[in-house]
Amino acid sequence: MATMTMVQALNAAMDVMLTRSGDVVVLGEDVGYFGGVFRCTDGLQRKHGRSRVFDTPITEAGIMGIAVGMAAYGLRPVAEMQFADYIYPACDQLISEAARLRYRSGGEFTAPVTVRAPYGGGIFGGQTHSQSPEAIFTHVAGLKTVIPSTPYDAKGLLISAIEDDDPVMFFEPKRLYNGPFEGYHDRPVVPWAKHPASAVPDGHYAIPLGKAATVRSGTAVTILAYGTMVHVALAAARDAQVDADIIDLRTLVPVDIEAIETSVRKTGRCVIVHEATRTGGFGSELSALVQEHCFHHLEAPIERVTGWDTPYPHAFEWEYFPGPARIAEALRRVMEE
Amino acid sequence: MDAPVPVRAPLSLHVPEPPQRPGSEIDFSTLAVPPAGTARRPDTDCPAADMTDLAYDLVRVLDDQGHAVGPWDPALSPDTLMRGLRSMMMVRAYDERMQRAQRQGKTSFYMKCTGEEAIAVAQAMAVDRGDMLFPTYRQQGLLIARDWPLVNMMCQVFSNAGDRLKGRQMPVFYSSKEAGFFSISGNLGTQYSQAVGWAMASAIKGDTRIAAAWIGEGATAEGDFHHALTFASVYRAPVILNLVNNHWAISSFHGIAGGERTTFAARGLGYGIPSLRVDGNDFLAVFAATRWAAARARANLGPTLIELFTYRAAAHSTSDDPAKYRPENAGAHWPLGDPIDRLRQHLIALGIWSEARQEDLAREVAEVVQAAGKEAESHGTLDKGPFQSARTMFEDVYKTMPWHLERQRQQAGV
Ligand SMILES: Cc1ncc(C[n+]2csc(CCOP(=O)(O)OP(=O)(O)O)c2C)c(N)n1
Repeated sequence: MATMTMVQALNAAMDVMLTRSGDVVVLGEDVGYFGGVFRCTDGLQRKHGRSRVFDTPITEAGIMGIAVGMAAYGLRPVAEMQFADYIYPACDQLISEAARLRYRSGGEFTAPVTVRAPYGGGIFGGQTHSQSPEAIFTHVAGLKTVIPSTPYDAKGLLISAIEDDDPVMFFEPKRLYNGPFEGYHDRPVVPWAKHPASAVPDGHYAIPLGKAATVRSGTAVTILAYGTMVHVALAAARDAQVDADIIDLRTLVPVDIEAIETSVRKTGRCVIVHEATRTGGFGSELSALVQEHCFHHLEAPIERVTGWDTPYPHAFEWEYFPGPARIAEALRRVMEE
Repeated sequence: MDAPVPVRAPLSLHVPEPPQRPGSEIDFSTLAVPPAGTARRPDTDCPAADMTDLAYDLVRVLDDQGHAVGPWDPALSPDTLMRGLRSMMMVRAYDERMQRAQRQGKTSFYMKCTGEEAIAVAQAMAVDRGDMLFPTYRQQGLLIARDWPLVNMMCQVFSNAGDRLKGRQMPVFYSSKEAGFFSISGNLGTQYSQAVGWAMASAIKGDTRIAAAWIGEGATAEGDFHHALTFASVYRAPVILNLVNNHWAISSFHGIAGGERTTFAARGLGYGIPSLRVDGNDFLAVFAATRWAAARARANLGPTLIELFTYRAAAHSTSDDPAKYRPENAGAHWPLGDPIDRLRQHLIALGIWSEARQEDLAREVAEVVQAAGKEAESHGTLDKGPFQSARTMFEDVYKTMPWHLERQRQQAGV
């Protein structure tokens, strides 16, 4: 078993799948010879050949439409969008086509495409390299949405996404690509290799889609988080000295309602954290679910800690980012009730 | 007995590969460079169908000795030529200073336009000050040629207290309505259809101003490029559609954008748009072609597509290492030379310039950039501030701040 960064783990997942099945192909801007601007596909073209791993023209709509056609043939394309911020041109092919192909063809045609995209802030990317657009895609019937928070999960979830028979949006927290984020923006990043928890098994293993993980067991309050925010939530619980039950959702659609219900029924309190803007964010959906399923168990109003309803700024990204202090404050508020 | 011939040979995929990769000899010998002065110059009212050859030719004015030759020579005054040279040198010095600032941690990111200075500078000079420009991140020369203050640009790069974009945009994503410089997007290609929309609006209102847009050869694969050409052609929009073919889109060579099969200028032909292919390292050729296109647009004859044939000599950005995907120092071997060197050589050949005066100018430009740099840093840098108040983060999202943003601003404590 090796210790790996998330980039290496994602690379290993694609390598395993390219090796196991001749139907898997990897395509996207700069993913071939160069191995991707974040290096996630490094070495894959050399190993698997140019018709299995290749650079595309710069056209997200084109990449998506071509991936749907390849999937209709029977391949399993893994398409990289260089940044999640650039998925929007692909939206028609993604939302109107890939998501509904199975439905509209009575199940005869399907689009088992995996769309990989680095998302989130914390790298001084300004308003076009920092967005968290996951909620948009959770609103689309027919798509699954997955977001890992550790190298181990990244590999296992990506393998499941590629094996899944439906189109999967796979958002990669780029803040975690090259080392874990301790949750605090003002402290140095420790490489994953120094964290025993980041050991990643060789070969094939799958983490089922739709299953959340408990990253910290507690009894006082439930924190629902995913991606980078899992690490911020851990830091916040430490800072606030609250015995939090922290659930890493891992898959947003289908979401693990059982894990959410079990935890909130146990704790009676719920804080929801995401980096995306607040209004209409996935936190709204989670909040509604908790209200529907756990209303009689709640001892305090549900709290949401999110990015602000502004585009992502460049100089003020740490004022934008929901850091541990803001989460800790929410934790104290719900504990007072 | 002969082996049986398979009825159907297996199909295979062609994935374009550049002729050279790291470690191989730099070789541009297969590049066809026609001699300067040979491309014909049609009248500005020439129908697109009668000039299709120019989408495959290469408009060049400056020959190897620095003489201006052929029908495209714009016969510029010494004063104009000298202004062009000075602006190009300013762009290069500015780029070097800002790249250094990035390496020193004073900003997060920077993008140089080394080797492409003639494009933005000559084009800015060939249109009117009132015309609206829709640039990419590699046309800082437009602002510099329009004498927009360097300090102002630098403050944006530093996201500091003097940043007119209030710390919101990534470095180099300038915006100045006053300078006729449209706000730069990080999303490739979106400015192209917007430029056509602006030009159509100008025509609807009976205005006299035209628009100009720039796009990289890589980004021509985006839908916006094609939407723009369709509208520009259908409505004969008064717009100059510039396409900078610098041969590389991050690590992907122009073949990945379709450059193996035909020229990028030829993309315009299918839309019935007159299309020129121009030596982008030749200040005079760029100026002349742009003037030609501007005259056409102003005469209600519609759009022109100009492919500016050049080479990205430096890295894509400060986040990029080109030695990973192309031979090191490839830009220095570009057969069409360096735009600044070529214009300098021309001025010397004209007898109105000398190496000594060139050195004086280089010194003067360096001093101007250095002084501007000092002044900009006095307003703050990204690593240390000062910045504007984080309160500005909540402004300009809407014209008036709605209740939920006002509440969030209070929660943020700013
Ligand atoms: C819609 C979109 N997709 C991808 C990117 C990432 N990206 C930024 S620059 C670039 C390459 C652009 O190449 P080209 O158009 O040739 O312009 P050049 O950088 O060479 O001037 C890419 C892929 C982006 N900014 N926007």
